[in-house]
Amino acid sequence: MTEAHSFGVIPITCHAWNGDKTQLALSPNNHEVHIYKKTGSQWTLEHTLEEHTQRVTGIDWAVQSNRLVTCGADRNAYVWTFANGEWKPTLVILRINRAATCVKWSPLENKFAVGSGARLISVCYFEEENDWWVSKHIKKPIRSTVTCIDWHPNNILLAAGSSDFKTRVFSAYIKEVEAKPEATCWGKKMTFNNIMAEFSNGGGGWVHDVSFSSSGEKLLWVSHNSSISVVNAAVDIQEVHTSRTEFLPFVTCLWLTENSFVVAGNDCCPVVFSCDGTGNISFCAKLDDAKKVTNTKFTAMDHFRSMDKLGSSSEDNITKLGTTHQNTITQVSVYKGTKANCSVFTTTAVDGQLVNWDVKSLESSIAGLRIC
Amino acid sequence: MCLENFSSQVVERHNKPEVEVRSSKELLLSTVVISRNEKERVLIEGSINSLRISISVKQADEIEKILCHKFMRFMMMRAENFIVLRRKAVADYDISFLITNVHTEQMYKHKLVDFIIHFMEEIDKEISEMKLAVNSRARISAEEFLKQF
Repeated sequence: MTEAHSFGVIPITCHAWNGDKTQLALSPNNHEVHIYKKTGSQWTLEHTLEEHTQRVTGIDWAVQSNRLVTCGADRNAYVWTFANGEWKPTLVILRINRAATCVKWSPLENKFAVGSGARLISVCYFEEENDWWVSKHIKKPIRSTVTCIDWHPNNILLAAGSSDFKTRVFSAYIKEVEAKPEATCWGKKMTFNNIMAEFSNGGGGWVHDVSFSSSGEKLLWVSHNSSISVVNAAVDIQEVHTSRTEFLPFVTCLWLTENSFVVAGNDCCPVVFSCDGTGNISFCAKLDDAKKVTNTKFTAMDHFRSMDKLGSSSEDNITKLGTTHQNTITQVSVYKGTKANCSVFTTTAVDGQLVNWDVKSLESSIAGLRIC
Repeated sequence: MCLENFSSQVVERHNKPEVEVRSSKELLLSTVVISRNEKERVLIEGSINSLRISISVKQADEIEKILCHKFMRFMMMRAENFIVLRRKAVADYDISFLITNVHTEQMYKHKLVDFIIHFMEEIDKEISEMKLAVNSRARISAEEFLKQF
């Protein structure tokens, strides 16, 4: 059902799986990127990538071309290619002067986008004649740090959430490397930097994560006032469906199918929601039922030991949380399947754990949870 | 106490508690004051990567005022041992805590909350106990002194 792996007590800031999910890249909250390989149930550290000088903020693995891109608080991004048993970095010219916050490969893997604290997004592509990665900036209406980005499946559109409470959809069409795009439900005019849509869910707090559904028609984002918002561009591009929840703010979100998604964050527990054809959101289930951790065998010795250690007798003073994760979940990613039909997803958290959640078996064990 | 690591968007390569530097308005949350009365109140200021909790302790008379001042000074001089304690209290308050994303990464959030609440409960008790001790000591020494006449 769930499968937890611990990588120590240091927070995992971000992670990425390779194509066949045998290798994992993660950053332990510092300038390094560790690449682990799974052998049996053991994780072995294969490579340590040390090129950044400050904290790594984003990792993404291009599954088809087997390249890694990382970005960090030192304002740099590197594209890593694997050759002769080692990873080789290539510096990307981002032309930003603040920390980079997030990075994502486009679906066709010919370009990637980097969000940054310089209030802009760099869309990077490979220039053959100069043999380096160059970037173009999306600047215009962004008024604060870009916190999250996601690509539309058509490889052109880019959604970005920022700490000025807004979510925007941009065109990241680069005429140097790709053919003219076809019109989508988000609009026709797709010159670079054109803003296709701008959403606010009513003074909703910093946007923590955005995600396009697999069809690219629905856009989902979570913000700091614990709200979840969905826009269905196929029905009405203007209408924002927002659901305010009673949980602590969510930090990350992911579509499991076309109609349901999982969100996770400060509550340390992933929650599944579904949304109908128009975009109305309804709560499905918490995937981690927080059982009260109770010590069944509480002896006199434990009692005096805790008196000695903590200065109080602690029958009700339990430190551990009832959930699998013990601290904020920072990222959710697909492990098995795709965004259209995800059967296992992965979460990583500040407590240094990585947990795989099997959707099918969770569905059968939790009453009222149906993912379709 | 939902904080994240957030690099400064004003100064290059910096990472500062936004609640202290106050460089961008949109990164701060609206402040909350919880008060029982004029004297006893708690100020909570939030931001994207840090949180400041300031406590004003009940001070009914001069002795309590002096005791409180001395006690807080004692603690704030040793602020680094308390980890979340701020070296200087916010104006109009007696003691301040500064909790950043580093603290929430290293410690359990619910335990941090427990600590602050426990601190608030204890501080009143501590000060009234100290006041009693000072009073009784003053009485004894006065008695001893007056015995001489």
